[in-house]
This record gives sequence, C-alpha cells and structure tokens, in this order.
Amino acid sequence: MTQILLQTVLSGVLIGLVYALVAVGLTLIFGVMDIVNFAHGEFLMLGMYASFWGWALWKLDPLFTLPFTALGLFAVGALLYRLVIRRIIDAPMLSQVFTTFGLMILFRGLAQYLWSPDFRSVEHTVVDGKVAFGGLSFGLPQVTAAAGAVVTTGAVWWFLRFTRLGAALEATAADREAAALMGIDGQKMFALAWGIGAACAGVAGALLSSTYPIFPDVGASFILVAFVLVALGGFGSVTGAFWAGILVGVVEVVGGFLWDPAYKMVLVLSLYLLVVWLRPQGLLGKA
Amino acid sequence: MLRARSLRVCYGRVPAVHDVSLSVDAGQIVAVVGANGAGKSTVLRALAGLNRLDAGAIELDGRRVDGLRADQRVPLGISLVPEGRHLFPRLSVQRNLELGAFTRHDRAEVAASLERVVEIFPFLKDRRQQAAGTLSGGEQQMVAIARGLMSRPRLLLLDEPSWGIAPMLVARIFETIAAINRSGVAILLVEQNVKRALSVAHRATVIQTGRVVAEGAAGELLRSDLVRQAYLGL
Repeated sequence: MTQILLQTVLSGVLIGLVYALVAVGLTLIFGVMDIVNFAHGEFLMLGMYASFWGWALWKLDPLFTLPFTALGLFAVGALLYRLVIRRIIDAPMLSQVFTTFGLMILFRGLAQYLWSPDFRSVEHTVVDGKVAFGGLSFGLPQVTAAAGAVVTTGAVWWFLRFTRLGAALEATAADREAAALMGIDGQKMFALAWGIGAACAGVAGALLSSTYPIFPDVGASFILVAFVLVALGGFGSVTGAFWAGILVGVVEVVGGFLWDPAYKMVLVLSLYLLVVWLRPQGLLGKA
Repeated sequence: MLRARSLRVCYGRVPAVHDVSLSVDAGQIVAVVGANGAGKSTVLRALAGLNRLDAGAIELDGRRVDGLRADQRVPLGISLVPEGRHLFPRLSVQRNLELGAFTRHDRAEVAASLERVVEIFPFLKDRRQQAAGTLSGGEQQMVAIARGLMSRPRLLLLDEPSWGIAPMLVARIFETIAAINRSGVAILLVEQNVKRALSVAHRATVIQTGRVVAEGAAGELLRSDLVRQAYLGL
C-alpha cells in the first residue's frame, strides 16, 4: 500500500511540475501588469501544435523542436502584446477580461479552422518506455516532461532573481512609474513578460505533446488549474506557483486514486477554496 | 541648462499647472516653493516625463526633451527622486541602487558610483542586503536620493525630500543636498519646508495655483514680505 501511495504521490509531483510551468507564465504576466490572460491555455495549445507539426511534417521529435517552439511562442506573446494588449493596459478590468477571453476564442477557432478539431498525437518519440526504481515505475515521457518543466521554471526564476533585465521586470511589476524613472522602458518590459509567459506555456505544451492528445480546446483543461495555482501561490509569485503546482498535482492524482478520478477537480477546487478562505493572499503571497 | 517655458499640465480637463516657466543653470540649486496643491510636484513630474505637457516646452542644454518619455530622459542626465520615495520595497537596497544605474553599461564606473553614494550615505554600507521596505522613513529617503544619483544625473529633481522624515534627520538631508550640489550636480528642489528650501537654494520660484507669482535669489525671497507672510507666517 505504501508502495502504491508513493507511486501515486510521485506521479502527482510529475504532472504538478508541468502545471506549475503553465502557471508561472500566467503569474508572471499578472504580476507585471495586473492583466489576467484567459488566452494562456491557448499558448500551450500552440506549443503542442508546433510540436505536432514538426513531428508530422519533418519527423522531428518534440524535444528537438522545443527550443524553436519556445522562441516561436515568445514571439507570439510579445507580438500579441504589441498589437493588442498594449491598447488595453489602462482600460477598465472588464475590457481587459473580454479582450483576453476574446483572444482565447479566436485562437481556438483559428486552430479548429486551420488544423481541424480532430485529436492528434505525436508517436514514436525519442523518450519512450519506463523508468523503474525501488519497485516504482514511471513513464519516461512523464519524467522528461517534469524535468523539462523544472529546468524551465528554474531558468525563469534565475532570470528574475539574478539578471539585470529580470530586476528591471520586477521593478516594473512593483512600481511602473518608479521603474520609468530608472530609465526602464515599461513597454519593453511588458512585451518581455508576455514573451516569457507565452514561451513557458509553449514549452509546457511541447513537453506534454508526446503524452497528451492535441486538439484546439486542449488549453481548457490546463487554464483552470493554472488559475488555481496562481491564486494559491500568491498572485505574481513564481516560487509560489511552483510549490502550488506540486501540491495540486499530488492532491489531484492521490485524490483521484483514493476516491474517483472523475472528482479530482472537486478536490483541487476545494483545496483552492480552503486556502482562499484561510489565507487570501495565497500560500507564499504577501498580504 | 534646463529651461521650461510656459508649462501647462492638466489632470483630465482640470489644469494643475497653468503657466509655469523656470530655469536651472549648471551648478545651481533652485527651489520651487508654494502651498499644498499649488502644482509644484506636477511641474517636477512634467520635467521628468511622468506627466504630459498640454502646452509649453522643456529644453535641456538647448535640446527639446518634452517629446521624450520619462525613461528616455534618464540617460540625458535628468533624474527624479519622487515624492514618497517609491523605492522597490521587496528588493534589497543593493538591487535598488543597481536599478538606479539601469541605463549605464560600464560596470566599473557603476561600481565607482556605488562607492560614491556609500561615501555620501555611510549607513548604506551595512544595509545593502536588507529589503528596502524595511528601512525607516529617513533611511528610505536617503536610499531614494542615492538611487537617483546612480544614473549619474546632471540635474537632480527632488520632490519633497523632507516628507515623512524625523525632524532631526531633516537637517542632515539638506546638508547632503548641498554637498551633492557642490560635487557638480544641479538640483531642482520642491519642498513644503520653505525656510529650509530657501536657505539651501541659490534661486527660487514661488508658485500659487499653478502660476509663478515670484522668483529671484533665494535669500531675497526669504526676506520678502510675500514669502514671509504667505509661507512663513511671520
């Protein structure tokens, strides 16, 4: 029983790490400019399709195309900021919600129109099979995805913490006017936040592409969890989103195992309600 | 060095500054004084680029800068230490100071500037790793001024540097302002503490409801009836 429970907990950690990566991008965008990006799941969807087409057209493994997927999604995010989001920065919150919600519908519609609503999948990937140790066994694609997510999340954390540009991004998030007085171009920082945010979701999509079905609405299954993580971890907190991801992944998988997989979202959202009730600023958020 | 002509700045449709002209010559301290809500801070914010002009012109060394954004004016040598300090509270003092030098790329020279501001504010030495938000009001003000100096400005704009500071520290702040000026930085100072401001400044401009009502040598203004009656209550 302990063996099975341990297996389940670790499986939860693995998927939780990928959830965290999706949420990191969302929380970064929110933290820097207080805009909730409802189209965030669609960045993940685009990352999946980029991986799929690389594989379908040129037989390239999603792991090989991952750097290009990341760069491509960075460009999509930054461009989306320049073309659309820039115009609604100071708009009422409702306009912002409708804008990103509209983008979500647009991206889903476009994907459906261009690539059909069919479920697609990437097969025969480089990483395949299982890793086993101490009686536990995990799918190699899942382990690789989790490892890739940790590395990417770590890279974002390091960038924010230890680089000049990262500090400028933090400064813009904390106080837009004061940052401008330091000579920091807020517009560039916002575009950078959208670029990095989209790239994180895109990388998550690429990492999931070998184990998950790929279809236009796939973002829907991740965006809700991502919102929960952003709130749980404390709005704008990258480390918070990371730990919340692991927690939610474990609750989801263990709960699904002990109770019924159909109710796993009930558990996740109950956990969310509990934290919001007891600690509204999130687990690691500042009051 | 800095010439501002007929500035007009509105918040929405309400003009906060109607018509203000002022100039700062190299090496000078110029004080802008006036009652609460006279538009002093708005003038400074417009000079730094945080507020848009509705009319008027700003020239730095003969070059128009009013079309530039705030972040574009920093490398030209304008630095504003805003009212209420606006440090980045969760970042360390060191990080705040480094951000002050964001537009500069020569690491060796930035390190030299860092040493210089520590010389001016010796308490910084032991506080570099502390989060800026945990410092006292006076210490925060000094970090804000130090951060403002990190871009190596030729013109430092100070908005209410004595705001929210223990009275015993106010004298220190003004001594420091004079010392910074002696090192060759021109200063435009907005201050509620009229007596102190006029004592440290070379020249001064008095603003009332968005208009200039008097200007001249600071010492003379300090002795003038207008200032004595309206602002010093003498």
